[in-house]
Amino acid sequence: MLNKDVQAILSDENKKAATRTAYGEKIAELGELNKDIVVLDCDLSKSTMTSVFAKKFPDRFFDMGIAEANMMSVAAGLATTGKIPFASTFAVFATKRVADQISSSIAYPGLNVKICATHAGLSVGEDGATHQAIEDVAIMRAIPGITVLSPCDGTETGKIIEYAASHYGPYYIRLTRSNIPVIFNDNYKFELGRGTKILEGPKATLVSTGFMTHIALQAARELSDEGIELDFINMPSIKPLDEELVLESAGKTRLVVTVEDHNIIGGLGSAVCELLSEKMPVKVIRMGVMDKFGASGEPMELIKAYGFDKESIKDKIKSLVK
Amino acid sequence: MDAEMKKMLEGKAEDIRVDIIDMLCESGSGHPGGSLSMADIFSYLYFSGSLNIDPENPRMEDRDRVVLSKGHACPVLYATLAEKGFFEKSHLKTLRKFGSILQGHPDMKKVPGVEMSTGSLGQGLSAAVGMAMGLRLDKKDAHVFAILGDGECDEGQIWEAAMAAAHYELGNLIGILDRNGLQIDGFTKDVMNTEPMIDKWLSFGWHVIEIDAHNFDEIESAISQAKEVKNAPVMIVANSVKGKGVSFMENECGWHGKAPSLEEAEKAKSEIAG
Ligand SMILES: Cc1ncc(C[n+]2csc(CCOP(=O)(O)OP(=O)(O)O)c2C)c(N)n1
Ligand SMILES: [Mg+2]
Repeated sequence: MLNKDVQAILSDENKKAATRTAYGEKIAELGELNKDIVVLDCDLSKSTMTSVFAKKFPDRFFDMGIAEANMMSVAAGLATTGKIPFASTFAVFATKRVADQISSSIAYPGLNVKICATHAGLSVGEDGATHQAIEDVAIMRAIPGITVLSPCDGTETGKIIEYAASHYGPYYIRLTRSNIPVIFNDNYKFELGRGTKILEGPKATLVSTGFMTHIALQAARELSDEGIELDFINMPSIKPLDEELVLESAGKTRLVVTVEDHNIIGGLGSAVCELLSEKMPVKVIRMGVMDKFGASGEPMELIKAYGFDKESIKDKIKSLVK
Repeated sequence: MDAEMKKMLEGKAEDIRVDIIDMLCESGSGHPGGSLSMADIFSYLYFSGSLNIDPENPRMEDRDRVVLSKGHACPVLYATLAEKGFFEKSHLKTLRKFGSILQGHPDMKKVPGVEMSTGSLGQGLSAAVGMAMGLRLDKKDAHVFAILGDGECDEGQIWEAAMAAAHYELGNLIGILDRNGLQIDGFTKDVMNTEPMIDKWLSFGWHVIEIDAHNFDEIESAISQAKEVKNAPVMIVANSVKGKGVSFMENECGWHGKAPSLEEAEKAKSEIAG
């Protein structure tokens, strides 16, 4: 059942956009309004879409070459002078390769750097395992003081980028490569530490984030048609998590399923487990990458093969609510 | 440099060295070697008037910035900042103790005058590059100084930063390389040879000036020359003696990261004052 409060913010979903594209457009738009915004990239501006900003504001765009460690610490230095640096590259390189630079140069001094990492998860597709970040959220969550956000569509991305640009502190924003349906319309408002309950039902709580939201939402709708009504929560704010919303829903359904395009270790599922095991022990099933490396293939083909596509989600929930 | 100025700077360097020994003796751990090797350069930077800084207003917008990329040598920075009046000297004896503003490696959030948190080697030069880029965007005249270790130059990130600084023609960036020839496991030439150092910086597009790190005339002329270079970063390769001023610490890698005992501290201080 559709949550009556969300009617006004849902889009018709015929539009599609990649969240990286929404990022590129939004940051170029914000660059007009705020002259302190600077953008850095490591030779991937045409893929991360920072090229839109680069074209418009060549003086405030810095291509750092294929040198991610340097980029992160340079961004930190820029932030000390009052700039608002947005640093972009693929999520694999923006996290695993530079965890220490982010921790020591950005997070420890609490500097105002926004890491906008694109091409997260298996949904990268054909490039294969070396280019599919499945541990980025785990790494970023474990670093003190970093806000970790994972928008599910173009609208949410735009709102999150606006929010990050106007709120001080280190942010990790996880963006995706492929085109996905636009779930929210422009009335949607992003709030830090808040998720959105899109569907309501007593049988289970399904929580998803980022690329997986449009797939998990479809699974929840189809289950609802079959008489299995769920709470469906989109959770863009992974750190801080919307604890209130998860606790409220889990208290009612007593069964939680999480879905994410990430290793089941350390991501959204872990965050939900950490919360519930302390405050409301209920059964949690984590769906996502089962601690394996990715592979080449088409995004949907991979997600199916790794067992967290729409049908797998439906089957899992059916088996649990029986 | 006139004799009076030289005498004053020598006196400040002496005070800084004594403070380094006292604070390390009190804390029971820390890094004397690479702190002592930079005492003369820090004396010059902070007390000759060469830096535009104000201890009363440590975040002044137009200020020059000093980034201690080799963060383990923070005793020299802390002693200098205290001497300059950025914070009370009484803090020095709290070095490395729980609750102190003087962490084992510099924390910019805690200490007035510390421009960047460092400690993980190889990152401070990049941060200095970012500062230089930001200051230039704002059309400020300020300079950014980055103090590097020669062992630190083993880090690939140093050379990433070196490329970027030259690529963006950061004439407002001045590096000072503490070329003391030692790191932890031994001589740099044995652990990981970084020579020919001067050729490396030159080939990366930097302007290079080689000096004796313990000669105030050379320090002065290098820094004033460096400020004149407008379209390229400058590396002052400062040939130094690790542990300078304390005979039993000089050129001994064993004194990289070990605090002196009380007796050793007394001996060290009498040599410094003598
Ligand atoms: C990334 C990193 N690796 C290792 C260390 C441990 N460490 C601290 S000081 C040091 C040697 C530094 O040598 P050098 O840069 O020559 O400094 P100096 O001789 O001036 O003290 C090492 C390996 C560190 N702080 N950071
Ligand atoms: Mg050395």
